[in-house]
Amino acid sequence: MPKHQIDPNNWVKLYSDYLFNYTITRVNDREIAQDLISETFLAGLKSMKNFKGEASERTWLISILKRKIIDHYRKINSNKGKAEVRMGYLNNEEAEGDWLEERVADPFDKTAEDTLVNSELGDAIYDCLEKLPEKQAQVFKMKTILGYDTETICNELDITASNLWVIIHRARTALADCMEKNWF
Amino acid sequence: MKKSFLFISCDEAKHICDKTQYGEATGWERFKLGLRLSWCRFTKVYSKNNNKLSDAVQKADINCLKATERKKLQDKLGQELTKHQ
Repeated sequence: MPKHQIDPNNWVKLYSDYLFNYTITRVNDREIAQDLISETFLAGLKSMKNFKGEASERTWLISILKRKIIDHYRKINSNKGKAEVRMGYLNNEEAEGDWLEERVADPFDKTAEDTLVNSELGDAIYDCLEKLPEKQAQVFKMKTILGYDTETICNELDITASNLWVIIHRARTALADCMEKNWF
Repeated sequence: MKKSFLFISCDEAKHICDKTQYGEATGWERFKLGLRLSWCRFTKVYSKNNNKLSDAVQKADINCLKATERKKLQDKLGQELTKHQ
């Protein structure tokens, strides 16, 4: 019997946020990220019979998504090469000397290592978020990640402000514990 | 001066600490929290962990879907699912 089962009915509920976070850090465009996730789900549906259950559903979907992201870049790069405009510092006499300042390394610039650590940190947070009850995860994401104000969340989820703060408190306590064990 | 006017319970301190993470605590609340933090070990630990979590979330720069975007995805997948069944 396979270790993991597949159930596409729960894909959006369980994995859409994780996949979105994975994609947006790589394509930097919300619309494109959503399209790629949608394509991933459709490709997953088509190849469901190939799912052996050895890896988790999420890992399997990520492996499809990776291919989709690579395909996306292949597609845009083949078009981009034709329309690329090359800018040279020497072409503009008025800006002579500016390049010196512009080329100084920005100490606040993220290095590849920073990006990798942040991406792993994001994965660790999502792993902990997945362990929370659905309502707590939803409220935490709306308040902390999307930055919605209290009133908007209360109206959308039909809860009182004190309810919201209780949920936030429970979510934050559970997340902090989980992160303490897995990351800090 | 009433004790409750200036001194808050541990639960209230945690609640203010949560609100502080989102910039929703008033100046007076932050003052009361500061006072509690000066002597309560439990509040201090909670506040430290809470700040660490906020820093981690900010540093990771994580994203998630809005409700409308998630619904769009669900609808699209739902349509395909009905075709498959």
